[in-house]
Amino acid sequence: MDKQRRSEEKNGAERRDFAVLERRDREKKIGLRVLTYVLLTLWGIVVLFPFYWMILTSVKSYGSYNAEHVPALFTRNPTLENYREAFTAVPLGGYLANTVVFAVATTAIMVLVITLAAYAFARLQFRGKNLVFLFFLSLMMIPNELVIITNFTTITNLNLRNSFLGLILPSVTSVFYIYLLKENFEQVPEELYRAAKVDGTSDFKYLWKVMLPICKPTLVTVIILKMIECWNSYVWPRLITDDPSYYLVSNGIQEIRENGFGRENIPAMMAAVVVISVPLVVLFLVFRKKVMAGVSRGGVKG
Amino acid sequence: MKIELQHLTKKFPAQGRKNRKEVIAVNDFSFEIPDGKLIGLLGPSGCGKSTTLNLICGLEKPTSGKLYFGDKDVTALAPEFRGVGMVFQNYALYPHLTVEQNIRFPLENLKGSEKLSKEQMQARVAEAARLVQIEELMDRKPKELSGGQQQRVAIARALVKMPDVLLLDEPLSNLDARLRLQTREEIRKIQKKTGITTVFVTHDQEEAMSISDMIVVMKQGVLQQIGEPQEVYDNPVNLFVAKFLGTPPINVFEGYIRQGNLYIGEEAVLSCNELLRESSAAAIEGKKVFVGIRPEGFVLKEDGAFSCQLSGIEVMGRDISVVSTHPSALVVTIRSIINAENYVNPSATQVRFDIKPNKVFLFDKETEERLR
Amino acid sequence: MDKTSKKPWLYLLPAILFLGFFMVYPLIDVFVYSVEEGYNFASQTYYGVGLYNYSYVLHDPYFLQAIKNTCILVLITVPLSTGLALLISLGLSSIKALRDLYQTVFFLPYVTNTLAVGLVFMILFQKTEYTDGLVNLLIHAFGGSTVDFIDGPYWAKMFVLCFYTVWVVMPFKILILTSALASVNQDYYKAARVDGTSKVRIFRKITLPMISPMIFYLVITGFIGAFKAYSDVVALFGTDLNAAGMNTIVGYVYDMLYGDSGGYPSYASAAAILLFAIVLTITCINLLVSKKHVHY
Repeated sequence: MDKQRRSEEKNGAERRDFAVLERRDREKKIGLRVLTYVLLTLWGIVVLFPFYWMILTSVKSYGSYNAEHVPALFTRNPTLENYREAFTAVPLGGYLANTVVFAVATTAIMVLVITLAAYAFARLQFRGKNLVFLFFLSLMMIPNELVIITNFTTITNLNLRNSFLGLILPSVTSVFYIYLLKENFEQVPEELYRAAKVDGTSDFKYLWKVMLPICKPTLVTVIILKMIECWNSYVWPRLITDDPSYYLVSNGIQEIRENGFGRENIPAMMAAVVVISVPLVVLFLVFRKKVMAGVSRGGVKG
Repeated sequence: MKIELQHLTKKFPAQGRKNRKEVIAVNDFSFEIPDGKLIGLLGPSGCGKSTTLNLICGLEKPTSGKLYFGDKDVTALAPEFRGVGMVFQNYALYPHLTVEQNIRFPLENLKGSEKLSKEQMQARVAEAARLVQIEELMDRKPKELSGGQQQRVAIARALVKMPDVLLLDEPLSNLDARLRLQTREEIRKIQKKTGITTVFVTHDQEEAMSISDMIVVMKQGVLQQIGEPQEVYDNPVNLFVAKFLGTPPINVFEGYIRQGNLYIGEEAVLSCNELLRESSAAAIEGKKVFVGIRPEGFVLKEDGAFSCQLSGIEVMGRDISVVSTHPSALVVTIRSIINAENYVNPSATQVRFDIKPNKVFLFDKETEERLR
Repeated sequence: MDKTSKKPWLYLLPAILFLGFFMVYPLIDVFVYSVEEGYNFASQTYYGVGLYNYSYVLHDPYFLQAIKNTCILVLITVPLSTGLALLISLGLSSIKALRDLYQTVFFLPYVTNTLAVGLVFMILFQKTEYTDGLVNLLIHAFGGSTVDFIDGPYWAKMFVLCFYTVWVVMPFKILILTSALASVNQDYYKAARVDGTSKVRIFRKITLPMISPMIFYLVITGFIGAFKAYSDVVALFGTDLNAAGMNTIVGYVYDMLYGDSGGYPSYASAAAILLFAIVLTITCINLLVSKKHVHY
């Protein structure tokens, strides 16, 4: 790689016209950029269009919707009539209330259960800790479909069908969230624990006054993810409830689809869909960063 | 290849909500890097030296100013057309490729008339590997190599394209102390062998001084001084450069000029005509100045002109380091390097020195510029 | 610290109770159910022990249809959604302007109720006596012949199902891949640029190997998720999936357990265990393949 050879090889390169090279490079870059935005916008439309369509249809009147053989892409005289219909003709309000009760209660109990367990794994010393934790982790691999059958018979035999207890109990533990919280707890410096012990703080008080405030961000993430999961849960509620006064929104919408409104009232159905979708979308937009960070740490649509 | 920077400036737009001020990373740089030399860009962190390197490389576009390689204006040219090789601070070796694949990677990018045959590539890769002495490591993955070996692979990968200019970003900062010494010699050797104009960035003045043909000292985006290492060390243009170069660092005092003599405290240390031109000595008569004295500028003498409070002796083998204090000193401890043959009584409270005039620099108190 | 203290177990007690009762016990019980022949739900009695339940399920045409449906769904949606998500993530990570907006929009399907939005898809694709539905009108406008995607031919129904499934699973994949792309050290790209590496080559030789662990993660979770497809199918075709010919394995399990043909926990258990076996096998194969191809 002596100097002479280098300069010889470079002579060839020098003959290239830099201006042309540069222009071509720039044109290619602009082209690629345009293509990128077109692609992203296309997918954006695919994602947003169903949302637009449900909102649009929900504000069309029943008469005008059915009169359109070719559906209009917008409407001149929007109406809220369908929303009234959705809340009066079918017990949508009841479905919403049930879901809120279910989501809040499930999440609250779950937070309590997983916090205690995570704290035990993260800070307390006891014999067989690692073994128990390993056992917990191995439970993460068990698919819901395997255990739901027995749970169904258990709840049925306990006469808990069509009750909130029956809905809530099987979903108040999550090994994954215990794991997530334990990891977070372990990041709190051990010195804090020792200092608290020296001051005579009890374990429980330490958990309540020190650990939880420090780990609030993770806890909030867990709560939001669990709320989303509860709001969307369908399978278990469907198995365990057949009395519409215990239906959650997912079962409610299925009920509306199959028996609701007496006739094919699609605008009213869409109004119900909008009402069901809005809370989650709002929750997401408010906690956008937290939700996305939480999901990327291991949430799978369940 | 000669590199020429003409009024090169790089501004970064303001970022964040609180601090809405644009950052001038490189401010109006003009200097010339002669062909075939090893140049050290030197300065504390955040002084814009890495930005300067990226400008030369083409990874950043200057806000204004021109950059020439030889006679060619490369200011707006993309990096791949500049004929530069770059070694990144963390080496940026592709972790999934073997050493050989890493080195060959740049060659496989060549297109058209420059395209190489398999054999040509093989030869070039082997040549580059031999140059940095890693022939026996060719089948390993980067994570199986030590830091020093990774460094060499990165250099080989930069050299395999036969670049006109080799750029190294903090090449030694990821190595442990022992390897650092060895690797810098290695870099020097490779540069000498290939004769490629080489620019490297460092915050370690010792590193820069030891191997560079020329050093460029920077501070907060502004060029301070450029020159051969010894020249810059012996003749710093301002207090910053004087303080930045040399270990132990220069000792700075507050002094003043009275009746043609330099006073530190109550003692007349030197006569001004040993330090300054007559005209400048007259101009600053009676004024306060900063006095910088290199550690090796102290000569132990019982009736020396300058006295300090002795606080201790550090034995360094060949030399001893006399640690003392002085009320006019701007540094907490004054360090002077004395030949070990001298005897200093450690229990004495005072120590007296004569000062070598060529190791003393005077600086303006306001501008901190050197007074000559 | 006292190692023999009972107190830590007190903290663990709720979790152990719930997990034991609703996970460990059912896990054992499901195997027991699956071998109890002729189990009667009302009287909770059975004739004998054997593998008849498995044999029944494996010979049930509905189950075979469910397996076929599920496999088609998996084989189409997993590669398609992963590839599309990769393309979109690459696009997302190459832009600065509007990036947050796009990311937010793309994530929306994740936070929607599968059943509710499925209804919108049904309306878009449905062909009724009143209207052909928007999608069919589009097809018509481009000169194609219209088809009822919800109640029509098998391929049309499968198409909607795949489309909806991809729509639902994309947010998770885009999110994972964009963060994987963002975690690749920028110095690799800088080094490649200095060497004049073309975009295609950068993608193939640097980006792809670097994010390959995440891609395999997505493929594995994608397989598992798609094999468990159920609620999106219900959303499109209603609860009577056997009649629609669109049942999935999970759907079959639930129908056996509690549906129009329900009340057979033994058959449901056998089917669920078969599903688990399939998923486990595929996951193992995936892991073996990924060991070979993931570079570090």
